Amino acid sequence: MAAENIFKGEAMEEKGERARLASLIGGMAIADLVKTTLGPKGMDKILQSTGRGHEVTVTNDGATILKSLHIDNPAAKILVDISKVQDDEVGDGTTTVAVLAGELLREAEKLLAAKIHPITIIAGFRMAAECALNALLQKVVDNKENEEKFKADLMKIARTTLSSKILSQDKEYFAKLAVDAVMRLKGSTDLEAIQIIKKPGGSLTDSFLDEGFILDKKIGVGQPKRIENAKILVANTAMDTDKVKIYGARVRVDSMSRVAEIEAAEKQKMKEKVDKIIAHGINCFVNRQLIYNFPEELFANAGVLAIEHADFDGIERLALVTGGEIASTFDNPESVKLGHCKLIEEIMIGEDKLIHFSGVEMGQACTIVLRGASHHVLDEAERSLHDALCVLSQTVNDSRVLLGGGWPEMVMAKEVDELARVTPGKKSHAIEAFSRALVAIPTIIADNAGLDSAELVAQLRAEHYKEGCTAGIDAISGSIGDMVELGISEAFKVKQAILLSATEAAEMILRVDEIITSAPRRREDRM
Amino acid sequence: MALAFDEFGRPFVIIKEQDQKVRLRGLDAQKANIAAGMAVSRILRTSLGPKGMDKMLQSPDGDVTITNDGATILEQMDVDNQIAKLLVELSRSQDYEIGDGTTGVVVLAGALLEQAQKQLERGIHPIRVAEGYETASRIAVEHLEKIAQKFDFGVNNIEPLVQTCMTTLSSKIVNRCKRSLAEIAVKAVLAVADLERKDVNLDLIKVDGKVGGKLEDTELIYGIVVDKEMSHPQMPKQIEDAKIAILTCPFEPPKPKTKHKVDIDTVEKFQTLRKQEQQYFDDMVQKCKDVGATLVICQWGFDDEANHLLMHRNLPAVRWVGGVELELIAIATGGRIVPRFQELTSEKLGKAGLVREKGFGTTKDKMLYVEHCANSRAVTIFIRGGNKMMIEETKRSIHDALCVARNLIRNNSIVYGGGSSEISCSISVEAAADRYPGVEQYAIRAFADALDSVPMALAENSGLQPIETLSAVKSQQIKENNPYCGIDCNDAGTNDMRDQNVFETLIGKQQQILLATQVVKMILKIDDVISPSEY
Repeated sequence: MAAENIFKGEAMEEKGERARLASLIGGMAIADLVKTTLGPKGMDKILQSTGRGHEVTVTNDGATILKSLHIDNPAAKILVDISKVQDDEVGDGTTTVAVLAGELLREAEKLLAAKIHPITIIAGFRMAAECALNALLQKVVDNKENEEKFKADLMKIARTTLSSKILSQDKEYFAKLAVDAVMRLKGSTDLEAIQIIKKPGGSLTDSFLDEGFILDKKIGVGQPKRIENAKILVANTAMDTDKVKIYGARVRVDSMSRVAEIEAAEKQKMKEKVDKIIAHGINCFVNRQLIYNFPEELFANAGVLAIEHADFDGIERLALVTGGEIASTFDNPESVKLGHCKLIEEIMIGEDKLIHFSGVEMGQACTIVLRGASHHVLDEAERSLHDALCVLSQTVNDSRVLLGGGWPEMVMAKEVDELARVTPGKKSHAIEAFSRALVAIPTIIADNAGLDSAELVAQLRAEHYKEGCTAGIDAISGSIGDMVELGISEAFKVKQAILLSATEAAEMILRVDEIITSAPRRREDRM
Repeated sequence: MALAFDEFGRPFVIIKEQDQKVRLRGLDAQKANIAAGMAVSRILRTSLGPKGMDKMLQSPDGDVTITNDGATILEQMDVDNQIAKLLVELSRSQDYEIGDGTTGVVVLAGALLEQAQKQLERGIHPIRVAEGYETASRIAVEHLEKIAQKFDFGVNNIEPLVQTCMTTLSSKIVNRCKRSLAEIAVKAVLAVADLERKDVNLDLIKVDGKVGGKLEDTELIYGIVVDKEMSHPQMPKQIEDAKIAILTCPFEPPKPKTKHKVDIDTVEKFQTLRKQEQQYFDDMVQKCKDVGATLVICQWGFDDEANHLLMHRNLPAVRWVGGVELELIAIATGGRIVPRFQELTSEKLGKAGLVREKGFGTTKDKMLYVEHCANSRAVTIFIRGGNKMMIEETKRSIHDALCVARNLIRNNSIVYGGGSSEISCSISVEAAADRYPGVEQYAIRAFADALDSVPMALAENSGLQPIETLSAVKSQQIKENNPYCGIDCNDAGTNDMRDQNVFETLIGKQQQILLATQVVKMILKIDDVISPSEY
């Protein structure tokens, strides 16, 4: 009997081999797309948005690329998702994770063609992933005890991370910047405390780390431009008319004179509020909301520096660095904690005026000012720096470190190969395939650098059969190099996250044997 | 469509817009229905068992779900056919009632329909088939009772419970760490279970997830995790021995429901109103402080001023906490939900040993943990995983495991899995068939054949020869008189499910058979389908 159509109109169903093929191809396509950005000589992509203005982004960051793609293939969506999670979780390795998952799928496709059941492949992959992780665990170096070495490790990691980004020219400089910033956090992973301000103009090397805090605002007219030993009140309060909040209240008057009276009362109210604020004994007042002209004038009269409309993040950070609290009521001046800093002044970066708070109480927060030729460069520089900061802050917590340049992949591949040899049954094919997928990463790095990947990877493999090998691909000189000497390191946490999420994603995609696509929701025609 | 005409040649119109409707009747209707039902069950068939595959579903909005759970697949499938919808309902009711076995029930119903079709072709009246099925299902359910075993478990001996949950989890993608997840599920259920009344309120278990980390990081928290942070960034992030005021009133000036107006016409009024307003906030915070609260959890928002006052008076607060979470917190901490500041007393405060805020990854995400509660009757299972789909699927799997554990606490009888109980039932139904005179005998035999299809699907999905394996296991069951032989899906080398520790709950299995039979009976009784034709 002909199969009944049980689905709604445009719903589609794909079964068995076809479904699997569709998802494998989707996964591989995504991996191929970002593949060329991998490694120190990886290339960038231009993304043009469909929104108004067709804004252009130039980037090398896997997560950014994948996030902006409009994808229909469900399997591809999984890869995009793992890349995003990698970004949120450790910040770096967003390209690698998608590429590894794609390579795993490519290998799996070959095995499927050889009539090996997906569940068997998954079992093999799982064993291999576990074995690979153990291999890494044995090789990790932990320099937590030795502060100097640890700092050196951080520098290496920062340099390695930055070397594949736009900042690679000045990686030494930026690595130092990033390490300094992260060391100030003293173990916290809250990157909120590091503020990045982008100002076009100048060159990338003009960027600097500032110990204090920079607020991208202007100082009110007629107020002091420079305050020493500032006492700062950070506030979140309405400084316009301060409406009556009691529900249903309204003003009803019967004559013009009454209007004037009420207005005067309102003014009086505002003035009282300002007086109260000034009574805190402050000389700087920063508010999240607008400050209207009238109170601003009052502040100016009292010689208080008033800054309006600082955004919420700015307020929070400012409160954090100066040690004050964010106030909204001003009735008990004695118990409100004020923020302090040695000096507030207006500085110029490029053509913009900014307010600089230096000599703050808490040294945790700092500001990185990025300079660069164009917005695109700055955006990409920020992303790169963000990656480096993320990785560093995670490394401070989990100080285990590995070598880079394809070294960890080769170590894992070697162990996984050994495992494949001692595993009986069909699973061993899958384990072997896993090792091939791992080797694909250094291969791609070499390919992207325009090197003879087949030759290099084969040499590397031979090297790795020696005891205590530290060889990896040196993409700069185009040969096998000693990663210890070259100082190329990666954080263990990043590699671990890559390995686990890529395997998990590949497993998920392989388990699918049917895709059911619902009819796309019809958009109402608004024409 | 055949129309009836009166003596003048005008057609009788019985159904509204008769000529626009498609009508199927008699055997054709039944056959079409059966075909539709079978089509649905065929989709689910490959998801059965530990080596079953997953389905990828794309919703109308383009969201992707990957799942192995029958109920979820069917619900998201966007089915149009009426009969297919019945099966979706069937799977859903199994989900509500038992929580697990949602795939099995649809596969069984499909097999019953397939067998019914053969009987119809022989010319047996559908009602007779339905009656035969009914009799057979009764025999099967009774037989299950006979082969079921009771086992003992206690708060200290959770092993049997864990084993059963592991059976449930082994067919899901999370089977990589089924052991730890099963333990988490069982501990969670035992923590909230009322062992005397043999009841478990699953609402007390909150299952929450956050992407990132790995599946192994999934943990059970004896307390509540809320996806919220302190209302003021500078409030303390950790509070020990917290006394919690749980409020459902906003920290804002009151808004009476009745319509009213406050008219301001003089300056004095304006000023008193202002004073009044300040007084409100002060009073509210003071009330909380007076009763000794050290943490305020509020369902509504705070005004900026109230927020600062709270911060100022050193009273940490959390705002915009959802109603369900609020209830859970109240249960866990033994506090009372207070709808009005005036009613706040120190007895109504909840107590928790530790409340802390915890951040994740590189983003600003923060969550609030309420732990070491006075009354740890509410727990949270906090799932971590590589991606969004993984978390969703883990949630579903944990839900299944929780349901299984609950069912076992309600009724501690189990039957063995791996298809063994189906095979055993099939043998006993087959044997009973001969004793029934009349046409039903055939239907009863057909029922037995349908039962075989579950182990057959298991064997097929595990890459074994289905017919060969099934017949071998069946003969082994009869020869050794051992109803615990099943399909060896994991290549463990033994057919005895007692050795493999594969069990399912008795009520789950019984429910599967009863529900599937009921739906099939209903489908068989339909002999006329009237549907609007395509236009």
